[in-house]
Amino acid sequence: MTESESCYLSPVIDDDGAPFWHYAAQSQLRIQACASPACGELRFPPRPCCPHCGSFESEWRLMSGRGRIWSYVVPHPPLLPAYAAVAPYNAIIVELADAPRIRLVGNLVASADAALNSVDPGRLRIGAKVQVVFTDVDGVTMPRWVLERP
Amino acid sequence: MAGLKDATAIVGIGQTAFGKQLPESEKTLACRAILGALDDAGIAPSEVDAFASYTMEETDEVEVAKAVGAGDVTFFSKVGFGGGGSCATVAHLAAAVATGQASVGVAWRSRKRGSGPRPWKNTAVQLPTPAQWTRPYGLLRPADEIAMLARRYMHEYGATRDHLFNVALACRNRANQNPAAMMYERPLTRDMYMTARMISEPLCLFDNCLETDGALACVIVSAERARDCRQKPVYVHSVAQGLPSQHHGMVNYWNDDPLTGPAWTAARHLWKQADFGPEDVDVAQIYDAFTPLIPLSLEGYGFCGRGEGGAFTEGGALEIGGRLPLNTGGGGLSEAYVHGFNLINEGVKQLRGISTAQVPGAGTCLVTAGEGVPTSALLLRGA
Ligand SMILES: [Zn+2]
Repeated sequence: MTESESCYLSPVIDDDGAPFWHYAAQSQLRIQACASPACGELRFPPRPCCPHCGSFESEWRLMSGRGRIWSYVVPHPPLLPAYAAVAPYNAIIVELADAPRIRLVGNLVASADAALNSVDPGRLRIGAKVQVVFTDVDGVTMPRWVLERP
Repeated sequence: MAGLKDATAIVGIGQTAFGKQLPESEKTLACRAILGALDDAGIAPSEVDAFASYTMEETDEVEVAKAVGAGDVTFFSKVGFGGGGSCATVAHLAAAVATGQASVGVAWRSRKRGSGPRPWKNTAVQLPTPAQWTRPYGLLRPADEIAMLARRYMHEYGATRDHLFNVALACRNRANQNPAAMMYERPLTRDMYMTARMISEPLCLFDNCLETDGALACVIVSAERARDCRQKPVYVHSVAQGLPSQHHGMVNYWNDDPLTGPAWTAARHLWKQADFGPEDVDVAQIYDAFTPLIPLSLEGYGFCGRGEGGAFTEGGALEIGGRLPLNTGGGGLSEAYVHGFNLINEGVKQLRGISTAQVPGAGTCLVTAGEGVPTSALLLRGA
């Protein structure tokens, strides 16, 4: 890991979000779902109770890790130093194949451990199929995304 | 049920100079704007018994009240969500005055955004939710968050950078008529826009609001009291706040329809309470921290259909003489970015007939707060 990467912001994890990061550390993409048998709705970002039925019972459902790019941006400076060092890079939103209403912000990279600017911005397009991968950033396992057909 | 319709009026407006760096403190600027607004209204500071501002306002009611010489204060409120709270400050005071909780209300905003730090640079105080889902991936600034929605909007509806340029140009043209505007002597051309440096693609420099030091204030009293004031009253015809079901703020990526934001919620209530509709609005002051907020708001407040906001900007629609003259003081993009409070005061100027870019015979004005965050809006009506 380069020095600039070590200064990326780490997620400030709250009680509701902690299981997501716990499973990410095991290279699993899991999303919170209502555990009430009559409901079972997925929800993101995680929260204490189900907005559909009010149940406080939840479970973390394993996702296939496949999805499509829903939107993307290419930030340029001024940015925090670690991000400025790799700008222009991409930030994308991925709509999950298993649950199109669940969308995750992330980065499209050439391979799991590649830099945030490792994909030419010209190759980004809405609708492109992507697959989750995981990488260690400063001791936290982060999901990243690679093109299904590079 | 007695409503708020035309029950109160804005009778005084005040503002400081706008600049990239003003020497005075936010507190001093706040006091200058408030005393200016009271003087404009012809109301003594000792008569003020209500205050409203933003949760992000750093000068509190105690400091302001004792500095300007307010009387005993019986109503004070602060509204959250940054620029989403602008119109709600007036709405809260209108409600307080109309229901007899107070008689003279002052709303204000003072901000040294020009010389102060950029809020997004603060890495120590990250909002825990939903920042853990966005910021580590380099989605750091409001511009990045809105650019994400803008890209999707352009993809779904065929809106173009030329549409966003139309917004930036209309605001700049009005600023070029307004000596108080930061961009008064700085014309904008399409070539400048198309070759500007990018901030967060698809948004360039000119899609982003200014960084401003400055303060503004306005005074709200009952319609009855307004008749005796120095200035022609501008009636608060309808007010609304909007926090839609399953909304997520500027990172509204996690519901069925991320491109219908708080404007839609505020608009439904705003129009329900009003005697007129979008087609009767003579001039609009629409919150413009970023150009894409204009097409989204045009749709949300019912000036055009879903996905038509980009096309609406064509043919000079937002210019003086167009379908809907926009941000006639220059807006946040070209007059000053003071969390949208200058849009309120400009709405008052239009309905008094004293704007530097006056819409002839303007009798109704829509003023909106930030779209993309829990928002608020006002319909103002001239006397
Ligand atoms: Zn449920």
